[in-house]
Amino acid sequence: MLINQFLLLGAVLFCLGVYGVIARRNAVMVLMSIELILNAVNINLLAFALLNGTTDGHAFALMIIAIAAAEVGVGLAMVLLVYRNRRSIALDELSEMKG
Amino acid sequence: MVAQNIFFGIIAAVMVVAAVRVVTVRNVVHAALWLVLVMSGAAAQYILLAAEFVGVTQILVYVGAVMVLLLFGTMLTRAQIGQEKDLNHRSWPLGIPVAGVLFLAMAVALIGGFEDTKLPRDADRVTVQQISDDLFSPYLIPFLALSFVLVATVIGAIVLARRD
Repeated sequence: MLINQFLLLGAVLFCLGVYGVIARRNAVMVLMSIELILNAVNINLLAFALLNGTTDGHAFALMIIAIAAAEVGVGLAMVLLVYRNRRSIALDELSEMKG
Repeated sequence: MVAQNIFFGIIAAVMVVAAVRVVTVRNVVHAALWLVLVMSGAAAQYILLAAEFVGVTQILVYVGAVMVLLLFGTMLTRAQIGQEKDLNHRSWPLGIPVAGVLFLAMAVALIGGFEDTKLPRDADRVTVQQISDDLFSPYLIPFLALSFVLVATVIGAIVLARRD
């Protein structure tokens, strides 16, 4: 197996995630796209861990998984709060801070 | 080695198709279900990369917990479950060139940088003991910080989401 096949798969997932963050208007869909990005990073970390024969990449990947779970929890709590106050989770309607 | 490449190809194709569906489909619940496919495929790739423990954790945390949270959030914030027209911004086509240029830049860098570097054929299996030795000695401080982050997350989510 070449390392590049894993790295390119990670790159494809990362770019699809970036596209989703830019294009989506629904806050839950943006959270899903962020999950795609974090998975791409994990694939890269584990590929490099295998290439270098160390386990540091595994520790990093586990921490990223934990952080991603925390991020989804807080993110959804915020989305719920926004929905309760405004009856909508469209991100472009949240424009009070616009000058 | 060939068998691994074939499995990599199949799983990677499934993952890419599913990821494309996640960012293009017009139904939030369907997007979440396609995301399950991407997560499971990623777990399979981790196992191909000799990282069984991370693969199992991925299934437990992502497919188990995160996905339930996302579906839960979808159902709490939307009256009807079904097609939705306004899922994208009006300026959504802007995302295509951004993602395309980003991918081209990364592909050029990766192909130029690693050419055909091979992954080691007979790498030692990474045991759970090695990972825990890593986590509990050199990475002990980050691990403790992570547990504080998780506690703060739980408290923060409760404070944000409760009604009063």
